[in-house]
Amino acid sequence: MRQLLNTLYVQTQGTYLHLDTDNIRVEVEREKKAMLPLHHVNGVVVFGNVLLSPFLIHRLAREHKPVTWLSEHGRFLARTETPVRGSVLLRMAQHDCAGDRERTLAVARYIAAGKLQNQKTALLRAAREAAEADAAPLRQAARDINDQIACLPLGQTVDEVRGIEGTAARSYWQVFPLMLRQHREFFWLSERTRRPARDPINALLNFVYTVLANECASACQTVGLDPQIGFLHALRPGRASLALDLMEELRPIAADRAILTLINRGQITPRDFEQHEGGVVTLREEGRKTVLAHLNERRKEEVTHPLTARKTPLGLVPHVQARLLAQHLRGDRPHYPPYLHR
Amino acid sequence: MPPEPLLLSSLAQYAYCPRRCALVHVEQEWADNIWTVRGEQLHARAHGGGEEARGDVRILRALPLVSRQHRLSGVADVVELRPGDVPYPVEYKSSRYPKTHRLGHFVEALQLCAQALCLEEMFSQPVLQGALYHIASRKRREVTFTPALRQAVLEARDGVWALLESGVLPPPAADDRCQWCSLQEECEPFAPRDFPRGYDPFSTALEEP
Ligand code: SF4
Repeated sequence: MRQLLNTLYVQTQGTYLHLDTDNIRVEVEREKKAMLPLHHVNGVVVFGNVLLSPFLIHRLAREHKPVTWLSEHGRFLARTETPVRGSVLLRMAQHDCAGDRERTLAVARYIAAGKLQNQKTALLRAAREAAEADAAPLRQAARDINDQIACLPLGQTVDEVRGIEGTAARSYWQVFPLMLRQHREFFWLSERTRRPARDPINALLNFVYTVLANECASACQTVGLDPQIGFLHALRPGRASLALDLMEELRPIAADRAILTLINRGQITPRDFEQHEGGVVTLREEGRKTVLAHLNERRKEEVTHPLTARKTPLGLVPHVQARLLAQHLRGDRPHYPPYLHR
Repeated sequence: MPPEPLLLSSLAQYAYCPRRCALVHVEQEWADNIWTVRGEQLHARAHGGGEEARGDVRILRALPLVSRQHRLSGVADVVELRPGDVPYPVEYKSSRYPKTHRLGHFVEALQLCAQALCLEEMFSQPVLQGALYHIASRKRREVTFTPALRQAVLEARDGVWALLESGVLPPPAADDRCQWCSLQEECEPFAPRDFPRGYDPFSTALEEP
């Protein structure tokens, strides 16, 4: 039984983590802040200037618990590669599939379908709760995405699938701010941009996506898949394409939803952001703490997986999906079933 | 023929469910459930190693086993060497299956019999009986290595070989043995292989079902 364990996120600068028998001892300025039993932790993610003792790193590696180093602002830098799990045959199958146009296309289509379905569901749900004036455009966007879903089976190349996904994304992000009920004048969204963020929503999205991508990469590794070899995302040196693939379906429900909740509940407010000269916006440390605490809570929330019909904590969905993908790649199931949120 | 001898434990897994065997030995999946964890702890105790004498019986613990003829290897929890150096294997079990679990009991007997085949070769002695020791109930169950049981061991061995050679994952058993299997999550025996009814990634329904 795979347990939902916590990922330990450490972002207080100058923290020192070390092994204390079977615990992780957390110290800030030589003062003990916490003792965490190792068996409650499935990985450690540190931001910026955080020190880990070699013994702690070794122990985590031995237990297949990855350490991830991010920059202070959450940019991915490195992850320990723990002794490889899973079968070399699985990775061979993954490579074979990635080299096969038809099979790659099929997987890419399903991944995109999962994402678009979940975007559609999110918009329709929001429309039901929204004010009259907002509901109409939200529904319209859902219809537009639906049109793109209808196009998906017709996409003949992965490029076309990416194009369809991009068109849907534009409809989605255009109405995204309409799902906000607080500080609308502050939380505007110019367009979805990668780093650096030029508005608060993008700053939040970038941060949450980093965390989620890391969880997806860990899920790939746990199952024995190579996180770098993806199907929808182009292969690029240093890019965890498969982790990004797995993340696609989860973005609308695990990441975007979290941001909306935090803003709508007033847990994240304009004060959590720093506006830099030249227009770049970053999330302050307090805000990052709030986001991580919320994400950790949400990981425990149970959802019913539409394929396995099992109650699964949201935090384990990346693992379930990685496993289902592995089964498809190894010929154990004919299609990759994306996670469709209900 | 695979270059390395098979692990005795893989025979038991195969006899229980070929897919389970493939998940562990082909896919190299491993998941602990309460049963395997408890089993490991108990084994750790039994596997202290060493030798002791009780009356005219010598007790060997954690004895490495090997059979060249059948290409098997493993470790026996306990082997009693009875007068005349007749080995008598005793396998410790953390009562894993309910009393009525026939397949579970058969698998345990099969694993013990596989040990006996190794012991026969190692000691050049016929090994006709052994015992399963159920730790929780402190009961010993004697097992006689009948020709049928020996045959079952060899069939399981051939089955594991075929699995390792083909590298293909057999379809799930999806029956009541899954209830006792620690690999359910990796295996997903009951999840439909293909999309079930009502699950359509390309659905263009506009309201939720
Ligand atoms: S869950 Fe069932 S089918 Fe799957 S490996 Fe275990 S016993 Fe076999």
